[in-house]
Amino acid sequence: MDKLELMKTANEIRKGIVTAVHSAKAGHPGGSLSAAEIFTYLYFEEMNIDPRNPKKENRDRFILSKGHTAPGLYATLAQRGYFPKEDLVTLRHTGSYLQGHPDMKMIPGVDMSSGSLGQGISAAVGMAVAGKISNADYRVYTLVGDGEIQEGQVWEASMLAAHRKLDNLVVIVDNNNLQIDGPITEVNSPYPIDKKFEAFNFHVINIDGNDFEQLDAAFKEARAVKGQPTAIIAKTLKGKGVSFMENQVAWHGKAPDDEQYRIAMEDLRKAGEALCQR
Amino acid sequence: MSEVRKIATRESYGNALAELGAEHDDIVVLDADLAEATKTGIFKKAFPERFIDCGIAESNMIGVAAGLAAAGKVPFASSFAMFAAGRAYEQVRNSVGYPHLNVKIGATHAGISVGEDGATHQCNEDIALMRVIPGMTVICPSDDIEARAAVRAAYEHKGPVYMRFGRLAVPVINDRKDYKFKLGKGVVLREGKDLTIIATGLPVSNCLEAAGKLAADGIEAKVVNIHTIKPLDEELVTAAAKETGQVVTVEEHSVIGGLGSAVCDVLSEKEPTRVMKIGINDVFGESGPAAELLKKYGLDTESIYEKIKGFVR
Repeated sequence: MDKLELMKTANEIRKGIVTAVHSAKAGHPGGSLSAAEIFTYLYFEEMNIDPRNPKKENRDRFILSKGHTAPGLYATLAQRGYFPKEDLVTLRHTGSYLQGHPDMKMIPGVDMSSGSLGQGISAAVGMAVAGKISNADYRVYTLVGDGEIQEGQVWEASMLAAHRKLDNLVVIVDNNNLQIDGPITEVNSPYPIDKKFEAFNFHVINIDGNDFEQLDAAFKEARAVKGQPTAIIAKTLKGKGVSFMENQVAWHGKAPDDEQYRIAMEDLRKAGEALCQR
Repeated sequence: MSEVRKIATRESYGNALAELGAEHDDIVVLDADLAEATKTGIFKKAFPERFIDCGIAESNMIGVAAGLAAAGKVPFASSFAMFAAGRAYEQVRNSVGYPHLNVKIGATHAGISVGEDGATHQCNEDIALMRVIPGMTVICPSDDIEARAAVRAAYEHKGPVYMRFGRLAVPVINDRKDYKFKLGKGVVLREGKDLTIIATGLPVSNCLEAAGKLAADGIEAKVVNIHTIKPLDEELVTAAAKETGQVVTVEEHSVIGGLGSAVCDVLSEKEPTRVMKIGINDVFGESGPAAELLKKYGLDTESIYEKIKGFVR
């Protein structure tokens, strides 16, 4: 996919996120929207996957360690063809397979149940270890939040990943700078994030996580790294694409009402139109 | 009387892992810097490429085990019960239990018989913690033979299993030709009509001795060994209660939430029966030699015998 196509796809995924969260009347739009380019790049460019065979043995794996941004993952999986886009409106509804947090037992394409912060990255390390033991050539990707890395388990997992030289593992930090209680710098600053991963012996790449050229360069660089896991520190804009949600802490975990939904979809419609005129 | 062979079930765990490891390539063993104590060191020596020492980070170890299982391996994650079931509880619940992953947890040094290390390391709550997780199988073997059979059964079972092992060497009581381990099935070790003693793990051998002493007093106790606490052999438990009319449960675990509670859960619904629960009475342990602690906390043969004498009608 070229860059323009990726941008159009990310915009469609944003529509899916907003639609799902609006329908659920609950959920986490901010951190889903911030990571839309990351999701898009992984599922439409980077990963060796097959939506018709979600459990393909040698597939690349993705674990959404920041599991509360499930709407972002679900909108991406639907866009990629794992399940119908129409199902997105059942998010968080009683009886729906689209659980509030990713559920590997029910949802095609979900490689690991997650949501309790700090745990997904450990499972990613386990999958990468399994790949090494079996001499399999699949790669493992996990997306963690910049607030999530306050969890000690993230660093337990990171220490082991580097110790075992897991060069088949890429940890992406969605560095949108906001968490529920406010800016991460005010709650309990994890900065400098890059230096911390460096100290844990990761290969570290700093990028703008909403820029496809930089994402492309970073994931290609990660593939070339031997003997070390890679951490991509992706600076992103929380709520990106929806005017009134951008960089607003309040939109971490809140659904738009009908009028806000109309405005949000109008924002995204216009953005899509602009992309089509390029 | 010939010398009774004694072996700690943690030793059985290590030996069984090494044996199974030779048969199955998909077994991976994890530990958290306790390989010498949990005896996974035996597996490590035989299969170093399939042994993952996670260092002192049990929460991560359980998560790594979940990832290994999701990728098709059969991981055995090992630590002391205190840390496997205690510290990593939420990881076991959310990363293993909820997705029902094929992770086996080998928890050694359970109960008060840890001894000198004292209360911080004596886990008397793990059966309770593990039993409430939907889909979790909970096993507490009574001796070497049962423990080795349990590890094999855990491997063959698809789904999460918690196995509870001890530090202290315990008598081998199951060395008979017809011994068969079946997950979820209790074992009648002695017949009797006056009461049923239902026990699990370390004190099963003491219960057999206590039953011998009771017989000398004219009280015939049926002794049931429950190695699988979940799923509980409800059929055997209710039938024994109906047959003998009174039940005593014995476990090296808190009387809250363990075998005693599991038995009462079933009997109160299906066969209301007088039950006395013998175990750790809602207190923390303390430092001391294992044998002395077992006596002090009422889990030696004499104490069990005395308590039953006072209970039985």
